[in-house]
Parts: sequence; structure tokens; C-alpha cells
Amino acid sequence: MKYLDEFQDPELARRLLDEIRATVTRPWALMEVCGGQTHSIIRHGIDQLLPEQVELIHGPGCPVCVTPLEVIDKALEIASRPEVIFCSFGDMLRVPGTGRDLFQVRGEGGDVRVVYSPLDALRIAQRHPEREVVFFGIGFETTAPPNAMTVHQARKLGIRNFSLLVSHVRVPPAIEAIMRSPSCRVQAFLAAGHVCTVMGVGEYPELAERHRVPIVVTGFEPLDILEGVRRTVTQLERGEHTVDNAYPRAVRAEGNPAALAMLEDVFEVTDRSWRGIGVIPGSGWRLSRRYRDYDAELRFAVDGIRTEEPAECRSGEVLQGLLKPHACEMFGTRCTPRTPLGATMVSSEGACAAYYLYRRLQTTPAPREASPVA
Amino acid sequence: MCLAVPGRVLDIGERDGTRVATVDFGGVVKEVCLEYLPDLKVGEYAIVHVGFALQRLDEESARHTLELFAELGMLQEEFGDPWEAAAGTGGAHGGEEAHR
Amino acid sequence: MPDTTDTLDVTGLTCPAPLRDRPRVVMGHGGGGTLSAELVEQVFAPAFGGAALAERGDAATLRLGGVRLAFSTDSFVVRPLFFPGGSIGDLAVNGTVNDLAMSGARAAYLSCGFILEEGVEIETVSRVAEALGAAARTAGVEVATGDTKVVESGHGDGLFVNTSGIGLIPAGVDLRPARVVPGDVVIVSGPVGAHGVAVMSVREGLEFGVEIVSDCAALGGLVAAMLAVTPDLHVLRDPTRGGLAASLNEIATGSGTGVVITEREVPVPPAVASACAVLGLDPFYVANEGKLVAFVPREHADAVLEAMRAHPLGAQAAIIGEAVAEHPGMVVARTGLGGTRVVDMPLGEQLPRIC
Repeated sequence: MKYLDEFQDPELARRLLDEIRATVTRPWALMEVCGGQTHSIIRHGIDQLLPEQVELIHGPGCPVCVTPLEVIDKALEIASRPEVIFCSFGDMLRVPGTGRDLFQVRGEGGDVRVVYSPLDALRIAQRHPEREVVFFGIGFETTAPPNAMTVHQARKLGIRNFSLLVSHVRVPPAIEAIMRSPSCRVQAFLAAGHVCTVMGVGEYPELAERHRVPIVVTGFEPLDILEGVRRTVTQLERGEHTVDNAYPRAVRAEGNPAALAMLEDVFEVTDRSWRGIGVIPGSGWRLSRRYRDYDAELRFAVDGIRTEEPAECRSGEVLQGLLKPHACEMFGTRCTPRTPLGATMVSSEGACAAYYLYRRLQTTPAPREASPVA
Repeated sequence: MCLAVPGRVLDIGERDGTRVATVDFGGVVKEVCLEYLPDLKVGEYAIVHVGFALQRLDEESARHTLELFAELGMLQEEFGDPWEAAAGTGGAHGGEEAHR
Repeated sequence: MPDTTDTLDVTGLTCPAPLRDRPRVVMGHGGGGTLSAELVEQVFAPAFGGAALAERGDAATLRLGGVRLAFSTDSFVVRPLFFPGGSIGDLAVNGTVNDLAMSGARAAYLSCGFILEEGVEIETVSRVAEALGAAARTAGVEVATGDTKVVESGHGDGLFVNTSGIGLIPAGVDLRPARVVPGDVVIVSGPVGAHGVAVMSVREGLEFGVEIVSDCAALGGLVAAMLAVTPDLHVLRDPTRGGLAASLNEIATGSGTGVVITEREVPVPPAVASACAVLGLDPFYVANEGKLVAFVPREHADAVLEAMRAHPLGAQAAIIGEAVAEHPGMVVARTGLGGTRVVDMPLGEQLPRIC
């Protein structure tokens, strides 16, 4: 595919890696904020190709990982209602709530459907005026504008049997929370490029300045990630801490003004709980007063549901780079991808699940003499 | 978070009163909402997420970035860091600029 | 069947983070993954007993009257019934024929059971039956017996099909994961991912510049051509649900060897790669219905590859990797950049992702 394949070129990757090796003189801990970047890093084995001094800490930018148990429980409750068609991105069906997941709700007769776009859910509502259609509105700043537009459309078209269960989160307050943590190890951030296609880069200079951390807006293909790392390490080595855009083909400084205006209209900033981390002030969006009628929490009166996260899961420390996954006493014993205690083991790109796979590879001995590898 | 892919606009139309485009992703064609990029034109590329075009892809900038990668390690000794020479091009906003 | 263009069918999915002690059947119990295996282990196997079942192959190997028979059954609950490149009728023949072929047997006879939902058009049944008959003729197998039942409206999804098949296993052929040794060469018979993407395109409303059609085909002839080179192939698998990744993992686990593949050697059609990029899928995990993966002793690899490429269903066959002594039970891919990644056993079929 044009503009994807070119950014996976092995020869150019080698040059970027050479350049990073030539630049780095001591250990640095970088956090890639976005789960999509974590996916790409693991998918292409980028972490193994970087010099030892460059450590990538997988950040909290995966909606599957950070959506709190309580919201999942609300989704399960709503999806169980006989009058409801519950629509979700595929990502969220796999996440267990308390005692069950959306698959189980289906097994018990619930109508749970996977859609590609929130507009698909709206079309289902148009075709089924006798049913209540609820869309699970999760995700970061990239996914919020599509969900906002869908609610806006619902109101414009007078579609009353549609509502949104909102658990949107915002990146900058999470960066702030991570940097404020007393034992924070993160020295620089690869900011999430697709978040910045919408938001621009305006929120970052103040963060970079206050915490004296380089923030480099980074894309998702292997060359983009290597370039993000290269620019970050260059800044760290020089003692700089500025905001830099390493994804200029997709990110404008001002972001997308039409999307920002829609966000302003449909949502308002609220405190939001992050699974494994806790409440981060101002880190979420909820529907604004004008759109409150479309809030599934109110429509189905599930706003009273309260769920405590299991205490034994230390995913919050992992997400902040304070604890290596395999240093957790539950890792690989009580907590595995098949029996996850927390979100970082649920998502295939979660830090714990990724570690689980690679540790298994590294610690599995060869029973016979090694054969030559083709 | 945020799987978004670049696609090329084939055709622009309307559905339920909203602006939509058919977009080609390397041979795969899908309908995409254009409400957030109303001035996108046929033939241009956009970054698309969950059925919405979120930002125009700057082809000039993409070419330029790849050229810089290709020059890496070649021009270094002769001309110093090519990145500094190219700062701020193609919609890029370097640190200094973003601080203003 | 409402809303098929807007919603993705989650039929056959296994929850990747399964919850224990489910009191009811969920879709994942039919997904061919971990939950299916648990259902067999905990409910069916104890109730049935029997040595042949204990082998747990896609086809059972039976000794009867001095010959070795392969025997297999499969049920088909596919939506949509017709998709680009095939239909439930083609799948019903080729699925069972291929299960037999993976034990080296050429399918001889099939049985065919139809479960019809009250109200389904006779024309639909007729189209499926015609497709099934044509597929059987192509595969060189005879439908020898059958059965029809009707369930009340609302109690079936239009039409279900079950087929069972038997065939003779040639002398000297013994295809099992346990026979794989380090150094064996891994060959795939052609580009992967077309079937899963073709079916998903109908559900997802994707159009393709060049239409992606299912690779649905009967592999008996291709397997016969391979066995003509040498009966000493070690194991064959058809990478259906769970794709290439599931087949390689089953073999790695069953053989106690590791498997290393080189990503860019695995053929993936460009449109399949694009569709996977848009939906966030990995082509290694997407279903195929007319491909096989073979573990072949190194000394026969070139000759077997040549024989495959001479057959229409193996024209784009490629060597993609090898069995190794390291990391037993695990599959590792060398990435295009020179890194490695673990290709894990899929816990369930992939869902389109946004992140």
C-alpha cells in the first residue's frame, strides 16, 4: 500500500539504526505512548534491533488496556437488556469485566455486534427503530471525533433510539500523571502521531518545558518509529527538551480544526479512571450538556455501578514503567494471557502479554543440539 | 490506539446529508466520511480512522522524509546533519516553532 | 439475516481471554481454539472413549480389513452462504476432502446431511446442492448417502450442512506432527489469507479493485502429486480457521520442535495485505480453504517443491522456513527488518481492531 510499504524499507531502516547507534552514548528510557506503536514495535521486532542503551517502555495508550473494569461492567449490564443492540469495536469484546465478558452476554441471548465504524451502529439504529442501539465509545483523541460526529448525526437526523456509552481518554493528562509519579523513569516520549492528526501539537510544549522531557510526535510504520527514536535520542544526548514533529506527512501543528470544533461541541472534559492507574484529573471526555440525552449511562441508569479493580494486579506500575512485567510475582503463574489478572495481559499488545511471549521464547531451552538456521 | 491508514480519494458524494468519499486503500475500496476534511479532492490521500478521513496526507512531505532517510549516512560527513538543514519543511514544526 | 453489511459476524470466535467455568455454550466453543478443545476434553471424549478419537487428528486413521482408512466429519455453519469464489456447498466438500488429504488419503466417498430452516427458498437449497455436486465431481469424490431435516423458522440460520468422508491411506504414508525433526523444510502451497478476506469483504462492505475470491479448493490431487515424489513427507496441515499461524503452532506443539519462518517468503496477495492493513488483521491468522503447509525432509524439499509448482493448486508454492531444535513448541518469524517476533497460537479468530 502506498505510503505504508515505503516506510517499512529494510535498507532505510538499517541506516536509521546505524544513525541511532552512532548517536547514543548512554542508557535512555523512552516511552511510546500509543498501543498502535507498541503493536508495530513488536510486530516488526524493532525493540530487538535498537542498541541496548535505548529502552522502550510501553505506555498506556491502548484503550483495551486502560478502560476501567467499572465501564466494562456497565457495558455488560446494558448489553444484557433484551431491547438493546450493543455495538462495539472488535477490540473491546475480549476484555473481561467482573465474572464475564461481552461474548458471555451473547451466549446468554444478548445482541452484541462488532462494527468497523460508529456510523455503522447509527445505521443499525435507523433500521431498527423498535430497538435501543448503544455504541461503546472508547478510545483516545483519534477515535473521539468519529464518535462525536455520530452523536451529532443522530441528533441532526432525529434518531432517538441511539446512545453512546462513553469512556474517552486524553493523552496529555496521562503524560502529566506519569511525569508526576515520584519514581518515574521515563526520560522522553514518542507522542502518538494519529492523536496529533486531530489535536495538533499545541498541548505539548508546556509539558515538555515543565518536565524537561523531549516529546517527538511519531508515526506508526517501522521507519517512522525509528525516526522518532532517532530524534528523541538526539535531543536527550544534547540535553534538549523540545517538541518535534517526526510525522509531518500526517500531522499539522494546528491539528484538524473541524474535528476540534466538533469535540468542543459534543464532549466536555471530565476526570477519568484509567485501569491499573486510577483517576487522572481532566483525562477524559463525557458528553456535553447539549448531548446528555444520548448518554447510555443515564438512559439505562447504570451510572451507579461501582467496581473495584483487583488489588493483586500491578499493571499500573507496569504502565508507568516502574515495574518490569516479569518482576511481578503473579507474572506467568496466576497471570497469563489465558488467565489475565489485568489489562496489560489481556491485550495482545499489552506490555505483560508481550513480555510473556518473549520470555517464553528466551527461556525455552533446546533439548537437542542446535540445528543450523536457514 | 488508533489504527489509521492512508488511502486515495476516488470519488466524492453524499449520504444522509453528509459528505462521503470512496477511498482506495491499495486495491481495497471503502466509503469514508469527509465531514472533517470537507475540501479534500479526488486524487488526494488522507489518513483514515474508523471510516473517517482525519487529515490530508502531505505527499510532498512523505517524499521529502524518504529522501532524507536515503541520504542518511551519505551526506553526513560532507554537509553535517541533513535534518537541521531541512527543519520545518512539509508541515513539520520543529521544537522552536511549536514553542512560540 | 439483518445488518450483514454493517456488522461483522463473530461466529466462530474464541474469546482470547477466556473465562473459566462458563455455564453455557458461547460462540468460542465452536471456534476451533482453546474453548473447543476444552469442550472435547471435558464433555465429549470422556463420554465417547475409544482409541481412534484419542488421536485427535482432523481425520481418524482406522485399520479395517487389512487397509488403513482415513475417516473425517465436518459441519458447516457459514455466513454468508455464498461468497466471492465459493459457497457453503464448496466448503462442505473441500473441507472434508482436505481433512482426509492431510492424512495422505484420497477421498473416496462422502455422506451429506442438510439441516434446513423452515422458509428458506428452494432455489437457495438448489444452488447449494449444485455447488456441492460440482465440487464433489471436481474433487473426484462420490456423495454416497445423505439426509435432510427441517427445523422451525428461527431455529436455524437458513441452511447447515454436514459431510463425512472416507478414503484409503497409501502404504508407507505416515503423516503426523511427531515425525517432524529439526531441519525439516516448511513449504506453503500458495498465497495465504484470500478465503478469510473474501468472506469478510461481504460482511464488511469492502470492495476490491481486483476482486479477492476464496481459495476454496480440494487438495487431494496436490497431495497425491507430492506423495508421488516421496511417501516420506512428515506432516501436512490445511491452515483453515486460525490460518497459517494456528497450523504451524499445532505442528510445533505436536512435534516438540521449534519453527522459524521468514516473513517476506510467505506469499500474501497485495489486496489481502491491504485489506488486513485497513482492518488491523495479520494475514498469518486469516483462514484459507485451499492451501496446505508441509514439513518435508530437507533432502526431498526441492523435488517436492517442484512437483507442487507443476500442479495448478501449488503453482505459487514457496519454502517459508524450517523446523529447529531451539524454542520447542514455538513458532518464530524473522521480520522484514531483521528482527524476530513470536507467532503465537491464536486464542480466537481475529477481530478488526482500532488500536
